[in-house]
Amino acid sequence: MADKAQSRAMAAQLLQAFLSAGAQEVTPDILQPAEALLDLYGEDIRARAYVTADPLRGEMMLRPDFTLPVVQEHMANGADPARYAYAGEVFRRQDHRGPARSNEYFQAGFEVFDRADPEAADAEVFALFASLLANVNLSATIGDMGLLRAAVDGLDTLPARKAALARHIWRPRRFQHLLARYSGQIAVPQARVDLLNGVQSDAPWIGLRQPEEMAARIAALQADAAAPPLPVTSVTALNALAALRCPASDAPAQLRALNVAPLDPAITRLERRLAALEGRGIDLSCLQFDASHGRSTMEYYDGFVFTFTASDPALPPVATGGRYDALTRHLGQGHEIPAVGGVIRAGLLADLEAQI
Amino acid sequence: MSMIKLGVPSKGRLMEKTFEWFGARGITLKRSGSEREYAGAVEGAEGVSLVLLSAGEIPRELASGRIHLGVTGSDLVQEKLADWESQVASLAPMGFGHADLIIAVPDCWADVDCLEDLDAAAHQFRAAHGFRLRIATKYHRLVREFLTQQGVADWQLVDSQGATEGTIANLTAEAIADITSSGETLRANHLKILSDALIHQSQATLFAARAADWSGQKTRLAALEQQLGLVAPAL
Repeated sequence: MADKAQSRAMAAQLLQAFLSAGAQEVTPDILQPAEALLDLYGEDIRARAYVTADPLRGEMMLRPDFTLPVVQEHMANGADPARYAYAGEVFRRQDHRGPARSNEYFQAGFEVFDRADPEAADAEVFALFASLLANVNLSATIGDMGLLRAAVDGLDTLPARKAALARHIWRPRRFQHLLARYSGQIAVPQARVDLLNGVQSDAPWIGLRQPEEMAARIAALQADAAAPPLPVTSVTALNALAALRCPASDAPAQLRALNVAPLDPAITRLERRLAALEGRGIDLSCLQFDASHGRSTMEYYDGFVFTFTASDPALPPVATGGRYDALTRHLGQGHEIPAVGGVIRAGLLADLEAQI
Repeated sequence: MSMIKLGVPSKGRLMEKTFEWFGARGITLKRSGSEREYAGAVEGAEGVSLVLLSAGEIPRELASGRIHLGVTGSDLVQEKLADWESQVASLAPMGFGHADLIIAVPDCWADVDCLEDLDAAAHQFRAAHGFRLRIATKYHRLVREFLTQQGVADWQLVDSQGATEGTIANLTAEAIADITSSGETLRANHLKILSDALIHQSQATLFAARAADWSGQKTRLAALEQQLGLVAPAL
C-alpha cells in the first residue's frame, strides 16, 4: 500500500498534469458547512461524512468530496469558461469493515465549466484521464444519465408521473416500484382505494403539514387514478434501455434498435461525444457502454458518466466522473453552466503503478 | 483463573425475564446484597460471573470485549454498533422484550398509508416548506439504512431521545420512527403506523463479544452452550 507521502506525491503529480491541461488550482477548505452538503445529498451524507461542530459556524463536515465547494466557488466568482484542478484529502466514514475501505485518502480532480460544446468537453475530460491512467491496466465504462431522463420525459403519460420517475432515476428500487404502480402491475393498496372513495380521517389535525397540502396530494392521486395506465410496452422499453450494455462503438445502433423516438436527440449527443472521443484517440471498441452506469452510486451526475476500474473487484474505482449541469443550476441561484469533471484516487493509482 | 463475564440488564422487567430465562435452563442468576447494589452471583454454571449493567450500555461493553456475553435488545445492538455482526455474534433470541421499530405519521394524514405515500408527501413538503420532511428518532442508523434501502427521498432525521411521540404536535418533526409494542402511546398522540415500514422486530437477545478474550474459556463456553441448548457461531 502507498504510504501518505507517496499518495500525496501522486496527487501533486496529477495536479500538475491538470494545470498543464489549462486548469487553475482551487484549494477548498477541509472543513465545509454541513448545511449545503446535507441539502445536496440528503441524510445519507451523514452516514458517509464526518460531522463536527464549530461553536460559531455550527455543524461542519470534513470535506467528503471536492465537487460541491468547487462548484460553489465557481458560481460565486468564476470566469466563464473555466477549468479547475485540485488535490487533497477527502474523508469518508466507513460503517463496514473491508480491506479497501480507507476513511481518508487523496483525490486529484479536474472540472470544466464551458458552455461552448458540452460533448467536446466530455471527451476532453475523459481523454485527459485516460492518458494519465494509461500506465496501468484499467477498464473504462461510460454511461449517459441523459438517455434514461429523455426516455422518462418522452413517456406518454401524466407530467406528475414523469416528474416522480425522473426524481427517482438515482434510486432504482423506488423507480421500479413507481413503474409497476403506473402501469397497473401491482394492486392499488386498500387504503388508497378507500381514500379515493372519499374515506376521511376524523383525527384532529396536528403538525406543520397543512390540510391544503393533503388536499392537493389527494387531487393529484385522483388525477392519477383517472389516467390510463402506462402501457406495458413503455415499461419494457425503459427496462431494455436500463439493461443495455455493449461496446461503446455499438451503443448508438443498439439504442436506435430500441425504437424509442424520444431518445433520438440524446442518441445524437452520444454520437457526437463518441466521435469527439475517437478524435482524441480513444478506441471505442475497448470502451464499455452501460446505460445504467452510475445510477445508484453517482447522484447529481445527470449526463455523461465514466469510471476507470482495476481488475480486482474488491478495489474501489480508480477514477470516476461525469456531467452535472443540474447541480450548477441548483447552486447557482438562477445561473447555470454546463459542467463536467472527475477525480482520480491518487493512492490507489500509486499502488497499481507500483505493481507493474 | 479469569471468568466468563455475563452482562445482564440491571433492573426492571428485562432483568427479571433474563433471570427467568437462565433459571429455566438450570442457571440461577441473582443480585447479591441489597436491592440497590449492582453486584450479582451465578449458581449452576462454572466460571461465569454476573455483571449488572444498564441495557443501553451492554452493546458498547460487548463491542469493547469487557464482557464476554451480554443480554440486551437486538435494536440497541444494531443501532449502536456499526457493522454489528463483525463485533458480536447473536447466540439466542430469548423470546421476551418484543418491540417493533416503526415509522408513524399523524393520523389526520388520510393520504399517507405506506412508504410510497411518505415519499410523495416528503417531496411535496420540501417544495412547500423549503426543508426536508423531518423524522424524529433515536434510531439514526437503523432508520437511515432502511429509508435509503427503500429509496425514499427528501427526508431528514432529527434527534429525539425521549417523548418522541410529542415532537409532531410540537412542530419539531413531521413523522417519527420509534419502538412500539402495543401502539397505545401512538394512538394517544394521534399517530398511525405506516403499513409497510417495519424497520426492525426487536427482542431481548443473548450476544457474544468477538473482541472479548476467549483464550482459556473455550471449554467453559462449550459447556455453557450445551447447558443453554445453543449452537454458537465461531467467534
